Amino acid sequence: MNRRLFLKSGAMAMLSLGFAPSFLGRAAAAAGARRKLLIAIFQRGAVDGLNMIVPYGEADYYRLRPTIAVPRDAVVDLDGFFGLHPAMAPLKPLWDNHSLAVVHACGSPDNTRSHFDAQDYMESATPGIKATRDGWLNRYLQVSSEPPNPLRGIALARTMPRSLEGSAPALAIGSVDEFGVRGPAAAFESEYAGSSDRVLSAASNDAFAAMRTLRQAAGAPYTPATGADYPTSAFGRALQEIARLAKADVGLEVAFTELGNWDHHVNEGSTTGQIATRLDEFARGLAALAMDLGDRLADTVIVTMSEFGRAVAENGNGGTDHGHGNAMMVIGGNVRGGVHGRWPGLGEPHRFEGRDLAITTDFRDVFGEIVTAHMGASRDSLSRIFPGYRGATAPGVVG
Amino acid sequence: MAAAVAAAASAELTAAGPRIPDPGAPDNASLTHVLNRLTFGPRPGDAERVRMMGVERWLDEQLHPARIDDGAAEAMLPQLGTAPDGADQKELRQFARQQIITLASEKLLRAMYSERQLQEVLVDFWFNHFNVYAGKGRTAMFLPNYDHDVIRPHVFDRFRDLLEADAKSPAMLFYLDNWLSAAEEANRDAGSGIRDARVRRRPGRFRSRIPDPAPRVPAVAKQKKRGRGLNENYGRELLELHTLGVDGGYTQQDVINVARAFTGWTIDRGGHFRFVAALHDTGEKMVLGHRIKAGGGIEDGEQVLDILASHPATAHHIAFELTQRLVSDEPPAALVERVAKRFLETKGDLREVVKTIVTSPEFLAPGVRNAKFKTPFELVVSAVRTTGAAVADARPFVQTLQQLGEPLYMCQPPTGYHDTADAWVSAGGLVTRMNFATRLASGNMPGVTLSSGASDRKDVALQIGSPEFQRH
Repeated sequence: MNRRLFLKSGAMAMLSLGFAPSFLGRAAAAAGARRKLLIAIFQRGAVDGLNMIVPYGEADYYRLRPTIAVPRDAVVDLDGFFGLHPAMAPLKPLWDNHSLAVVHACGSPDNTRSHFDAQDYMESATPGIKATRDGWLNRYLQVSSEPPNPLRGIALARTMPRSLEGSAPALAIGSVDEFGVRGPAAAFESEYAGSSDRVLSAASNDAFAAMRTLRQAAGAPYTPATGADYPTSAFGRALQEIARLAKADVGLEVAFTELGNWDHHVNEGSTTGQIATRLDEFARGLAALAMDLGDRLADTVIVTMSEFGRAVAENGNGGTDHGHGNAMMVIGGNVRGGVHGRWPGLGEPHRFEGRDLAITTDFRDVFGEIVTAHMGASRDSLSRIFPGYRGATAPGVVG
Repeated sequence: MAAAVAAAASAELTAAGPRIPDPGAPDNASLTHVLNRLTFGPRPGDAERVRMMGVERWLDEQLHPARIDDGAAEAMLPQLGTAPDGADQKELRQFARQQIITLASEKLLRAMYSERQLQEVLVDFWFNHFNVYAGKGRTAMFLPNYDHDVIRPHVFDRFRDLLEADAKSPAMLFYLDNWLSAAEEANRDAGSGIRDARVRRRPGRFRSRIPDPAPRVPAVAKQKKRGRGLNENYGRELLELHTLGVDGGYTQQDVINVARAFTGWTIDRGGHFRFVAALHDTGEKMVLGHRIKAGGGIEDGEQVLDILASHPATAHHIAFELTQRLVSDEPPAALVERVAKRFLETKGDLREVVKTIVTSPEFLAPGVRNAKFKTPFELVVSAVRTTGAAVADARPFVQTLQQLGEPLYMCQPPTGYHDTADAWVSAGGLVTRMNFATRLASGNMPGVTLSSGASDRKDVALQIGSPEFQRH
């Protein structure tokens, strides 16, 4: 038996003997000192960061993107040099109250332009190393001294995302209501509880306990806060479920969801078109989530990521090909609003391999600062959460 | 520990040496174990059939699948489409999605109904060993060729042949980017441009496996010129995953030199393997202490495959993975050693290697029975087999496997899906398994006909969803 299963079944054996506190007990204890929450959102397919957070002060941006650049008079100005794509206007109030930080020219030092490699590297947070078996969010759960509880890490996704894969218990669920046994639940539960198979008995115990906690704490039909107007899409529903779980005080520390379809090689569009449609859904979702979380936003950090950016110049099909540096957004009450990171410029000598936005901030610096300054992980634990990474410098986004 | 296992096992064995005991008298538990591991689970009556036939004869037949008539299962397989002529990018993507679902249905139906069960178990194993991800670019277009013509014909062949078929497969060349890998300018043969158009191919080695109909791929020449240089992706995975193993004793310089040896191994306009001399690095290369002479061509890569396929680390790595699949998550070291030795003795004869495992005392030891946790694929297929359900349309199961976290052909990393319990035992996973059991037993899955009556439904659900049935 491997160590993880042994530990898990040991803990669960205690639970079934009545020694350990139930999830409900822990959740109740946690409700007093409100938990810090990290919400990670992956834009799969490589969003065009230059059209999302527009460097409208750059002449080269307009020179190299004759048909898809967002015009100067259309951007939502942030600081006189960068502006939001107009479809991102719902996020402007967060900027205005200093709850929105942008880290531009940010990304992975690995030069791959393969979606699948780059996503893998970002989620394992070990660029260039494919043998890493777990994801960075799971490793955060592993280093914490909290007792194992699958409700600490929940992905609103069909399958466990790479970021949350690993030995710490976590859940991947389509929705709170979907996570339930449709069938002879009581018979299944007693079948597993009475099994001599300790590993499966423990996992089943986890599942039924988590289901019960969720049903009690979050089972009632959910109504978002007034003004939280989620988009009617899978992404919108996932964000709403995250807010629901956060408010239910079930012990959630790390939530994950994703939004795909950013790979605009053809007809990307500018103020209207494909990217505008995607950004509209994205921004309305984030704004609704922030609104819905209400005062809990003070204890929350929302971070958005995408595997790499897109080429500075548009291609021959009104789209953009795979590039390098990108923009990440960090939203929350404890966030230092503003545009962070050194801007390398878009002139040819400043570009990565002569064509792409260069990277001046390693994405692990942003992740690392969030897990320490926001989630409270120790500096020493960074070497376990980001194995092999020595360059950690805090970009000053949180705290 | 290994000694105890061996002692327990020998108590069960009558004959000396690693042989399955008297075929007339295997106990039910042994028979069930053999069927659990070497098939996708017993159907009603299977154990009795194997008992009548004799386990040894049954095993011999399974090791020679060509001797087994499989017409009934073949007749159930869905037809694979071909890409529509003049399709645009969007239509091609749509076609690729369809192709993956059809191929996944085919894999499920073969696992459920093929009489060549051991072959199917090993195809699943070797595909996973040489995993490619259908979601990456044009990989999906090359998948039928990869499954049917690269993996399947070689699972009882020599490892060296499987390895070369894989190295030259468009699916692997595309997935691990070797098709774009080219010598750095300085290392190109000055005169090679003249030979650019010539395709050198060893007679009879690859020709027979050229895919047809040809997926459409833009010519290599149309690739953007910028950034064309050495790509280490395939070279590294070849060493780490396909042959030596991550602790196999290679260096970063070996990775680079292996990658250099495979420069020019690419895909032509018709979607076939092609060696392009103009892209090849003709310099001398040292690989694992072997000198590959300057001035070579396609034979550089072939020589690397020779070195790797006969390397003791490869023998150990393959022996470990196969015993992990067939025996237990942490296979007995002595068995792994014996299997590795057999691999080297037989020059990588995979039939002999598998036979060594399944006729070992460790394979039959009571301690390894029901020790493996079924992957979602194994669960779903064994559930259909144990209920004797008739599946006319496997697509609902393709969806089930998505929900269970093992979408077929959609495993992103080159490592493939994990084969150990720690990767698959989870709270959410068990709930999905219970729900699958309930749904299958309900008789409400489209395209699935159950033989059991409505009154048995709860019992069937509780059986398929039970802790015992999650293991084999």
